[in-house]
Amino acid sequence: MVTSIIRRLFQALFVVLAMTVIVFIGVSVIGNPVDILINPDANQVERARVIAHYGLDEPLWKQYFIFLRGLAQGDFGDSFVYGRPALGLILERLPATLELAIAALGIAIVVGLPLGLYAGLYPSRISSRTIMTGSILGFSLPTFWVGLMLIMIFSVELGWLPTNGRGPTLEFLGGQWSFLTSDGLRHLLLPALNLALFKTSLILRLTRAGVQEVLPQDYIKFARAKGLRERRVIAVHVLKNLMIPVVTIVGLEFGSLIAFSVVTESIFAWPGMGKLIIDSINLLDRPVIVAYLMIMVLLFVVLNFVIDICYTILDPRVRLDSKA
Amino acid sequence: MTVSNADNETIVKSEPGSSSRVFKDFFSSPGAAIGFAVLIIICGLAILAPWISPQNPYDLMQLDIMDGRLAPGSESMNGLVYHLGTDSQGRDILSGILYGLRTSLTVGVVSAIAAALIGTSAGLFAAYTGGRIETGVMRLVDLQLSFPTILMALMMLAVLGKGVTNVVIALIIAEWATYARTVRATALVEREKEYIEAARMLRLPGWRILFRHLLPNCLAPVIVIATMQVARAIGLEATLSFLGLGASVTEPSLGMLISTGYQYLLTGLYWISFFPGVALLITIVAINLVGDRVRDVLNPRNAS
Repeated sequence: MVTSIIRRLFQALFVVLAMTVIVFIGVSVIGNPVDILINPDANQVERARVIAHYGLDEPLWKQYFIFLRGLAQGDFGDSFVYGRPALGLILERLPATLELAIAALGIAIVVGLPLGLYAGLYPSRISSRTIMTGSILGFSLPTFWVGLMLIMIFSVELGWLPTNGRGPTLEFLGGQWSFLTSDGLRHLLLPALNLALFKTSLILRLTRAGVQEVLPQDYIKFARAKGLRERRVIAVHVLKNLMIPVVTIVGLEFGSLIAFSVVTESIFAWPGMGKLIIDSINLLDRPVIVAYLMIMVLLFVVLNFVIDICYTILDPRVRLDSKA
Repeated sequence: MTVSNADNETIVKSEPGSSSRVFKDFFSSPGAAIGFAVLIIICGLAILAPWISPQNPYDLMQLDIMDGRLAPGSESMNGLVYHLGTDSQGRDILSGILYGLRTSLTVGVVSAIAAALIGTSAGLFAAYTGGRIETGVMRLVDLQLSFPTILMALMMLAVLGKGVTNVVIALIIAEWATYARTVRATALVEREKEYIEAARMLRLPGWRILFRHLLPNCLAPVIVIATMQVARAIGLEATLSFLGLGASVTEPSLGMLISTGYQYLLTGLYWISFFPGVALLITIVAINLVGDRVRDVLNPRNAS
């Protein structure tokens, strides 16, 4: 167990290192680092200073180590647009994105799990078929377009909810959160629904497939034969065995929610990391882009690592070292 | 040549996956048949766009700013009816959709085929050679698949810059790994089968075994993934264009049309974004219906 965790840890470190090479090659070899790192409005003195600071006159392998040193110190350079350290800029938008992703995940679980359970228990009912057809739509509908339609219906036509922005926030655990105020919640609802749509369909289908796999098992028949009430059979015997795949997917999908929040944040002008990266790509604000990419890489590597560990603890049949 | 042909033929006949069976099975599902018909119509419309659309929405000579933001069904000064309304430049939305479909479908098909070619070759090569090369390729695949597609695409666009061509490149780079993993898994199973052993006995050259014996038998999952991938690519291209990273105003795509209508949505001019979105939705659903059925039909477990 311990050896497999250590091995996983080394693999994770290797992935991070590989991604730094890729991002470095992208920024320094494919693109022109002088154009990328130096603000086009900068004067000659400023240019010379930045070139010296990033060692752009050094050989490539040395540049890579300078890049790594910057990463280790959390120094990605200053944003061209805001004139402040890129890392700080991103971290300060992290709560907004986290809040959105957590809310979306919550909606996806609360809606997807019961509906999936229902569709799995009573597959031939018309309502179940309607749910399944709806989930196909949930997969096919382009997220950004659904977001526009949500704004059109609930904000423009009905006027129930605000069209964009984050609303008032309150300080909590060192970050600014909007779910603590009622107006903030109103602002959060539409973006969270929008982001949740795809994941709801995913969890729904996963749960349904799981239920249909579990139901014919002997232990379910046995539980029924024992005379247990149907409610108990479902709540204890079916649901419990569903949880492993669902928990895994939920963990994996949390990262992808954060990645996909770029779309939702852009539509609803939600001031999170995703909106920042899109604005940065459009404005060619490269220090912010590099910082964002590295943070996302780190996030995904940590997430995958944690899920792997959880796997081993949850399901003793899965042993990481058996793979090698 | 004759030997390997005879070889292939017996395989095809003994497998339940012969083309006429596949064809019949496919159309036995009404959903798939409708999806297929819709898809044919959409492709036809896209190809014929320059001849059938009421105006060329990107020829500034044909646009009249006075016709800007007209509601669906309005008539222009010179008697042209805008069935789906116009955008702020006086562009007919219907024509915009027809031209936009061209770009969207091209991006989807080109990126899916290119990714399939690269991914299939990599997976096949990895499975056939084994050893260090296999480990290397598969590590790269694992690395890539641990990040969501949109993140990979954003990464590529951040490096390459904006534009439709770069979106296609980003989509190829983001999607090839799926093919590589699937093809390798299939090829590893197929490699051990008797017909490959027989081909080896005949002392056929390696490339020939690879392409004429192994490849044809690994193609079923590739076709399934490629179909679905076209829909995914179209959706992603639209998303990226909507975010302002893809098509420019001079290269229409459905995503770009939706994005130009976005700012007018808040003032109640719904049609500029709404109709291109419906076109996008119909296209994606039609492809998914077809892909779903193709997967069921080509899956040997479902063969009657």
